[in-house]
Amino acid sequence: MSTRTVEMALATPGLDDRGRPSRLPLGVGTAVDDDLGAEHMLVNIGPQHPATHGVLRLVLELEGETVKRCIPHIGYLHSGFEKLGEYRHYNQIVPLTDRTDYLSPMANNVCLALAAEKLMGIEITERCQVLRVIACEMSRVISHLVWLGTTGIDLGAFTPFLWSFYQRERIYNLQEAWTGARLTTSLTRIGGMMADVPDGWEAGLRDFTATFTKTLDEVDTMFTRNSIWCGRTQGVGVLTADEAINYSLSGPMLRASGVDYDVRKDRPYLGYETYDFDVPVGEHGDIYDRYRVRLEEMYQSNRILEQALDRLARLKGAPLNTDDHRVILPPKGRAMSDMEAMIHHFKQVMEGVPAPAGEAYLGVENPKGELGYYFVADGTAKPVRWRIRPPSFINLACLPKLCEGALLSDVIAINASVDIVMGEIDR
Amino acid sequence: MGLTLPSDGEIAEVPAVSPNWLTTRLDFLVNWGRANSLWPMPFGTACCAIEFMATAAGRFDISRFGMERMSFSPRQADVLICAGRLPFKLAPIIRRVWDQMPQPKWAISMGACASTGGIFDTYAMVQGIDTIIPVDVYVPGCPPRPEGLMYGIMLLQKKIKGETMADPSLRQELLVNDQGFFVPPAKIDEISEPFGNSVHQTRSA
Amino acid sequence: MTAVAPGLSPSVEALRAAFGSAVLRSAVSCGDSIVWVDRDRAHEVLAWLKNTPGQEFNYLTDITAVDYRDPGQPLEVSYQLRSLGRKVDLRVKVPLDKAKPLTVDSVFDLWRGADWLEREVFDMFGVTFAGHPDLRRILMWDTYAEGHPLRKDFPLRGNFTRAEQTRQALAANPEAHYSMEELSIADAFNELPDDMKRRLLEGQRGELR
Ligand code: SF4
Repeated sequence: MSTRTVEMALATPGLDDRGRPSRLPLGVGTAVDDDLGAEHMLVNIGPQHPATHGVLRLVLELEGETVKRCIPHIGYLHSGFEKLGEYRHYNQIVPLTDRTDYLSPMANNVCLALAAEKLMGIEITERCQVLRVIACEMSRVISHLVWLGTTGIDLGAFTPFLWSFYQRERIYNLQEAWTGARLTTSLTRIGGMMADVPDGWEAGLRDFTATFTKTLDEVDTMFTRNSIWCGRTQGVGVLTADEAINYSLSGPMLRASGVDYDVRKDRPYLGYETYDFDVPVGEHGDIYDRYRVRLEEMYQSNRILEQALDRLARLKGAPLNTDDHRVILPPKGRAMSDMEAMIHHFKQVMEGVPAPAGEAYLGVENPKGELGYYFVADGTAKPVRWRIRPPSFINLACLPKLCEGALLSDVIAINASVDIVMGEIDR
Repeated sequence: MGLTLPSDGEIAEVPAVSPNWLTTRLDFLVNWGRANSLWPMPFGTACCAIEFMATAAGRFDISRFGMERMSFSPRQADVLICAGRLPFKLAPIIRRVWDQMPQPKWAISMGACASTGGIFDTYAMVQGIDTIIPVDVYVPGCPPRPEGLMYGIMLLQKKIKGETMADPSLRQELLVNDQGFFVPPAKIDEISEPFGNSVHQTRSA
Repeated sequence: MTAVAPGLSPSVEALRAAFGSAVLRSAVSCGDSIVWVDRDRAHEVLAWLKNTPGQEFNYLTDITAVDYRDPGQPLEVSYQLRSLGRKVDLRVKVPLDKAKPLTVDSVFDLWRGADWLEREVFDMFGVTFAGHPDLRRILMWDTYAEGHPLRKDFPLRGNFTRAEQTRQALAANPEAHYSMEELSIADAFNELPDDMKRRLLEGQRGELR
């Protein structure tokens, strides 16, 4: 998506020379007296508001309908994840990660396992890598689907919500068959996975990848050339590439501004360098480009899923977990019959897996942006510090900048385009 | 209304008025109407809210209960569904929302976190929203499946169908008292005690 | 000088050459290069890393802090830097002696992304960032009186009883921050009297009674 291929299908009045609806505020050209006694107005949105995607609170200072200043207040969902992590074994942190970014739980599980494995210097098997890639890409799809549905609602379109939630339910079924839970998956363990995929599961995912893009095509038809959609999203909430880097943005927010940076490509993990996929990059840095980037990412995820399924078929019967049973539980049957396996089982359950003193930061490309887990270990089985580098927290920090000078109704659209999840922002 | 906690050591009295034929018929009609058009105030905070959204969407379809009309303004809502964790920072907000809802009103606490604090026995979390507002139905699970939430809704409907106008205590407002508590402090400490596994998980190394 | 650890980022040697003794030590852990620098010159070092050709650490991935279990060990503020073009990372750590005031210069002027990250470290660890334009608590509320939650001396369940926590929470005004005064606090900060500024920076804001 390096060049914009979409032209406005309808010639709405007020298009500028680049074919985008011009957004001249009323009264331009006439002398407006600033000192008409107009007072700035304060508008409070949230923390309980349907369009804030969680318990976000925005205090807006308005002049007429123009936003002079936007001050986000967060922390309404602060639950103490990082503190709690210091009181848990590494494997016990996996369930916590489900609940930070609860729109893509499996990707968080994978990131945690990778970070802990980096800390402990553990190699994982190829089959495990492939399954983790599948987990990550499935998460990307469901997370972007929520984004699509809720953003549609925010901008006045209800139907995509039902479409996207229908597709989500299909992934949820797969997730449930694999992990036993729809949402709180707790899929990974250090050195492997909690469970292998059940028999026949691949066929279910193949069916999904084969038919799912039809929904995306429908969304594409409905939105991409829709003049209302374009009017509300093009040229709104613009951020240039330099600003995006300066604000430490990541993920689709960064790429929509034209910075070609994707952790999967630039510092590959899980063998992503061996998959064939493209990274969509926007050029205008507005809401519309963020929408295009996310839509395209779903198509690309679908491609990766298909390739991963092929590999999975090739690796049929290959081992899933590392065979070092000091870090991963031995099979239950062996723990019952073999003394050594039983001791490993007992020690892991009671004492956890100790990590050598040291520290490790590992970032992965989550649907929202770069999710990083930073562990500091002192040789015990519990981390000294478990830091989450939360992509939506950092992406949201630029909201005041994006909203400055926008119209009140644009604030909702801009906020939706950042794709936030409060569980991760407040932790 | 929620479970009225009897003040310590005392047993709540059952009103002596016995309902006559007319009030029972009227009760039936009113309760039937109320139970089948509960407008929810979705107080969705965290992961459970995603399952709440799934309940509202196509596959589970909450409109079968007459609940598809989400009431984002508390003033038009009948039932508050707290879906997700409730940190202390959010406590005054849910209290305010609850106070703004007109009678008759009910509350469903969806998920382990809303009901007990769940896995978050930390400095930041309310250990059960019943220390902040009265609760009618607790739905267990982390998160509860949509079926679980619907079962909770059906339990609430059952409860509503058993209400009677002859009992004025049902509509008694339970307010925060002048010491700033909704339930007695000793009770809060008691029900917030760590239990189960979390008793053993307070050492950090 | 000791032999260079294998895998250490060449930027560390360049830093040593440019800043000498301000670079306290360096290490490689799990493949990540870490360099400890002196508190007083931290800002200078970070600015140098960002702006020097050949270094170009233009992307601030994360700011966080670590409080170790051993109470004698200093608290460390850690900056995770990245060069998007060169695709390399570097972690810069600034040790802060816990017996002295925990202060370090803000990097807000270098990276706008540092804004909320520094506020979070201030909230969770009580580290003040000198020069930050709006250093307020971000996750906990302004009048939160129990301390800084991620410090090791802060118990998991907080310092107050659950009843007290609930009372304070219910006594909070949901409309706090909803005033012109709060909105202009960042603007007006420089005009405040010195001792008020100091108290604000130390995070003392209206204790809740
Ligand atoms: S009960 Fe579980 S799913 Fe629900 S909010 Fe709490 S952690 Fe999330």
